[in-house]
Amino acid sequence: MKLRPPTGRRLTNLTVSIWAGASALLGIFILFWILYVVLVRGLGALNLEFFTHLPTPPGMGGGGLANAIVGTLFLTAAATLIAVPLGLMAGIYLAEFSEDSRAGDYSRFSANVLMGMPSIIVGVFAYALVVVPLGHFSGYAGALALSILMLPVITRTTEDMLRLVPNTLRESALALGAPRWKVTLAIVFRAAKGGLITGILLAVARVSGETAPLLFTALNSPYWFGSLGEPTPNLTVTIFNYAMSPYPDWQQKAWGASLLITFGVLILTVLARFLLREKKV
Amino acid sequence: MTDFSLSNPIMPAYYDASLPPAKISVRNLNFFYGPQQALFRNSLDIASHRVTAIIGPSGCGKSTHIRVYNRIYQLYPDYLAEGEVLLDGQNILDASQDLMELRRRLGMVFQRPIPFPLSIYDNVSFGLRQHYRLSKSETADWVEEALRGAALWDEVKDFLHRPGTSLSGGQQQRLCIARAIVVKPEVLLMDEPCSAIDPVATAKVEELILELKSEYTIVIVTHNMQQAARISDFTAFFYRGHILDFGATKDIFNKYSLLDDIPRKEHLDALLQSDRPLGTPLS
Repeated sequence: MKLRPPTGRRLTNLTVSIWAGASALLGIFILFWILYVVLVRGLGALNLEFFTHLPTPPGMGGGGLANAIVGTLFLTAAATLIAVPLGLMAGIYLAEFSEDSRAGDYSRFSANVLMGMPSIIVGVFAYALVVVPLGHFSGYAGALALSILMLPVITRTTEDMLRLVPNTLRESALALGAPRWKVTLAIVFRAAKGGLITGILLAVARVSGETAPLLFTALNSPYWFGSLGEPTPNLTVTIFNYAMSPYPDWQQKAWGASLLITFGVLILTVLARFLLREKKV
Repeated sequence: MTDFSLSNPIMPAYYDASLPPAKISVRNLNFFYGPQQALFRNSLDIASHRVTAIIGPSGCGKSTHIRVYNRIYQLYPDYLAEGEVLLDGQNILDASQDLMELRRRLGMVFQRPIPFPLSIYDNVSFGLRQHYRLSKSETADWVEEALRGAALWDEVKDFLHRPGTSLSGGQQQRLCIARAIVVKPEVLLMDEPCSAIDPVATAKVEELILELKSEYTIVIVTHNMQQAARISDFTAFFYRGHILDFGATKDIFNKYSLLDDIPRKEHLDALLQSDRPLGTPLS
């Protein structure tokens, strides 16, 4: 019997470690590169006027994107209001009531497929569903498209978080004679609270940077946000339009809006991680 | 304390010759975890206002048996019980049985204390609100009464709004007992209530069980032979899903010398093989 010389093994080990480490570094490097460029280019655009004024025509200077900031907030809030109750309930069904039935399996599979659905398709869907019958672009159509994108994220995280709650807790509550829905809403939900909020925050983060579904639905507007019944100003489509324009002052505003969105999403994600960690302790 | 030496027969805390009326009568109960059968033709009478201990080696179906009484096993879709469990003459395995009311009448205390993620007060009032319409002050009175009943009131009365999880393990288990008795059940099912708490807390819980006996019928699953001898009036000896023997605690403990050494597996297997009718003398 002859022992294998360790050199080949060591070499392979070294190669794989370097490869894996380099890949991880590349991912992190790209993230920080984006953050750095957005920060450096965007910071110059941010001033009080950016947050308080309407956009100005190209070349005039000054002005801001206050309308788009407000519009994005309203769109996201409306989408959240639609998606959260539906997503939570669907997640409850999958985790608590489906008992691994076929209907449950199909629902879970559908949610997974919906999660990978290109957002532009969802935008076209909302266009056909709301914009065509109404005859004009509207914030409602935009909110609907965004909520469809949020729905599977909230559903799946809700299911996962509820499944993390030990059955012994359900048993102790059921043993007191409480009905299943009450056990879920009053006890299991509370035990999973941190995780559920995390899921919602991640879903909000996911859609707040979406552009494609809004192109067909909320469109954009240079005026103040009036109601969701009309084309709604928003940051992402503004970035799309301004970044493509030949005017340096518009391009500058696009950088500012990019900075705002990127760091908004970053903060939401960090907050979500923080809440999840707090829950585990 | 009673002297548990060989020469002295064991005297349980309570013993009388006449059999009290049965609160629960189990007849030919079989239980299945999916395809695997866990209980075989269990028949047992649980005496009213007495403590019945269920003893036996690990994995012999003790917990499974009492988890049929309140049908908590139904949380899992492929678990199945067949036979009869008569509570005051009514078969609780009937499909028409109202589970909420059944579980109000049979409170359960689990192996590990699991407080709800709520305040101490709300842990106790949660069950109360499911079954009774009470004013705020009435609720407060019932909660206090239950916490006193569980010998916990004096320790927590000033922090009722702290989370239930902030209590120590032994206190948490007494909180769970308070939670179970607040809805005024008739039977208390205790599934190894002392296995996860320290000896001092165990002594407190045992003392409590002896006090609660006057108001409730108690069934306690335990691994601890000394504990069964100290607190129970009757003992059911489970082995591999069968009830090997059942009788007054004193008799069962003497018959198998349970306090002296662990019965040998071969001996128990032989007893099981002989498949004799319940209660007939050994030898």
